[in-house]
Amino acid sequence: MKTNLYNYILELADNCLIAGQRLGELCGHGPSLETDIACTNISLDLFGQTRSYFQYAADIKGGDATEDSIAFLRYEREYKNVLLVEQPNRDFAYTVARQYLFDVFHLLLLEKLQFSQDMTLSAIAKKSIKEVSYHVRFSGDWIKRLGDGTEESHEKMQAAIDGLWQYTNELFEVTEEAKALAEEGMGIDVSTIKDAYYQNVTLLFEEATLNVPESKYFQKGGKSGIHTEHMGYLLADMQYMQRAYPNMNW
Amino acid sequence: MSEAQLKNTGAERSRSLEEIFEQRIVNDEKIEPKDWMPEKYRKTHIRQISQHAHSEIVGMLPEGNWITRAPSLRRKVALLAKVQDEAGHGLYLYSACETLGVSRDELYDQLHSGKAKYSSIFNYPTITWADMGAIGWLVDGAAIINQVPLCNTSYGPYARAMIRVCKEESFHQRQGFEIMMSLCNGTEVQKQMAQDALNRWWWPSLMMLGPTDDVSVHTAQSMKWKLKRKTNDELRQQFIDQTVPQADILGLTVPDPDLKWNEETGHYDFGEIDWEEFWQVVKGHGPCNKERMNDRVGAWERGTWVRDAAMAHAEKQQIKKENQAKAV
Repeated sequence: MKTNLYNYILELADNCLIAGQRLGELCGHGPSLETDIACTNISLDLFGQTRSYFQYAADIKGGDATEDSIAFLRYEREYKNVLLVEQPNRDFAYTVARQYLFDVFHLLLLEKLQFSQDMTLSAIAKKSIKEVSYHVRFSGDWIKRLGDGTEESHEKMQAAIDGLWQYTNELFEVTEEAKALAEEGMGIDVSTIKDAYYQNVTLLFEEATLNVPESKYFQKGGKSGIHTEHMGYLLADMQYMQRAYPNMNW
Repeated sequence: MSEAQLKNTGAERSRSLEEIFEQRIVNDEKIEPKDWMPEKYRKTHIRQISQHAHSEIVGMLPEGNWITRAPSLRRKVALLAKVQDEAGHGLYLYSACETLGVSRDELYDQLHSGKAKYSSIFNYPTITWADMGAIGWLVDGAAIINQVPLCNTSYGPYARAMIRVCKEESFHQRQGFEIMMSLCNGTEVQKQMAQDALNRWWWPSLMMLGPTDDVSVHTAQSMKWKLKRKTNDELRQQFIDQTVPQADILGLTVPDPDLKWNEETGHYDFGEIDWEEFWQVVKGHGPCNKERMNDRVGAWERGTWVRDAAMAHAEKQQIKKENQAKAV
């Protein structure tokens, strides 16, 4: 089995899976019907991308592997998503901030991944770019609305950014798998998109009258499976059916 | 002209307007928002369309309850899409309602204060995955029977919204049946889960078609305005006749010992519906009435600062634009 490629696909896909799962929690509970529909839309896009990645990963793994066994039947330490995307929906500002801080990264990543020598990854990236361009626009617009809305919304938006900022740096941590695949022209060295990321984010925050946090202390661990305490609960929900009723078709 | 004469002319005019209006309905013409309509027609439509919109929005909750726990990625995506469709239906139904001169905020107020009703079925809990199948199959099935005739109803915006709603609902119904089919073709545990869901959702689904004709207060007027084409009892019979053979295909037993095919009438006979339970739920004392309202009101209240911010930002942008225009 191409272990590097398999692990790299998980690194890409788990972010989509977990971000999608978090947005899915909000369905029916958003601040307006329009935002509900939009958040569900983004969640749907992310799960669609997850399925494409996992179907590919299942092919590589062979045996009985399926998109669902990969999505639902791993242990917590085997999930490779960044800590950022597993952070809970504390309020709408947190949801929007988490999404935006991920979306900007996601788009920059896909814009490079579309030129991957791996045809499947390239195809998934090309299809996803259209979707993620919309995600960035949606979350970025909301950052502006909330940042430059009322005093209360400004405070809440700033608090969310301050709270989540510590998870941004992990996005650019280069794993061994990614490094090896980048050398073969298949994967992306994410450290190369770091500057563009912080430039984009800074510009938008300025427009939204928000401060870019100055803290230089960051958290990491997600990519090597060391997650925050929130992750176990998320997985308990997500895996419930597959764990309680093993080996069944739904 | 004397005051009495003036009054008379006014009354005559509105009588003739009403006659023209009634004739248009008889002729199957659509009534559009700017057309003259009797106040009672307007009110009845606001009541029914908003009730329908509220049902879509509250209906998102019992199914939304399973999005995070859906058993496969395929099912998760389908469920998300389904709940999103319901939000979409809510959106166009609220818009259709707004054409009658009421705002969405007012309608929300009526829902949140308990003044407006929504379909009682959503006050039942979704406790297993099979409930996602049963809701699609039975609840959406009953909804379609209620709603298909509305595609030809007299009020244009409602009729047009219903065409799209019905298309999506029939897709949901097939999707629900397919969930049930997978369960019934699965393990013993899955079959039991499916049977249990049918047991719990069967009677509430029959109640969804509304009280019996002899106690239904709005039927006569609604039939006249084509808001209704068949009576509640006729619709209920149609639902039972259509659904029992589907339960047979699934290999499930409908939980009614009195259910029996009647050769003479060409319909199924069925047992007594527990109307006391129906009225208990309608009056706000069902298993989840309070949870559903708490969720809706909670989401709305938690969202206040977000909506306020969006308005404030839009105003700031507008001022900026005006200032820029002035500067030029």
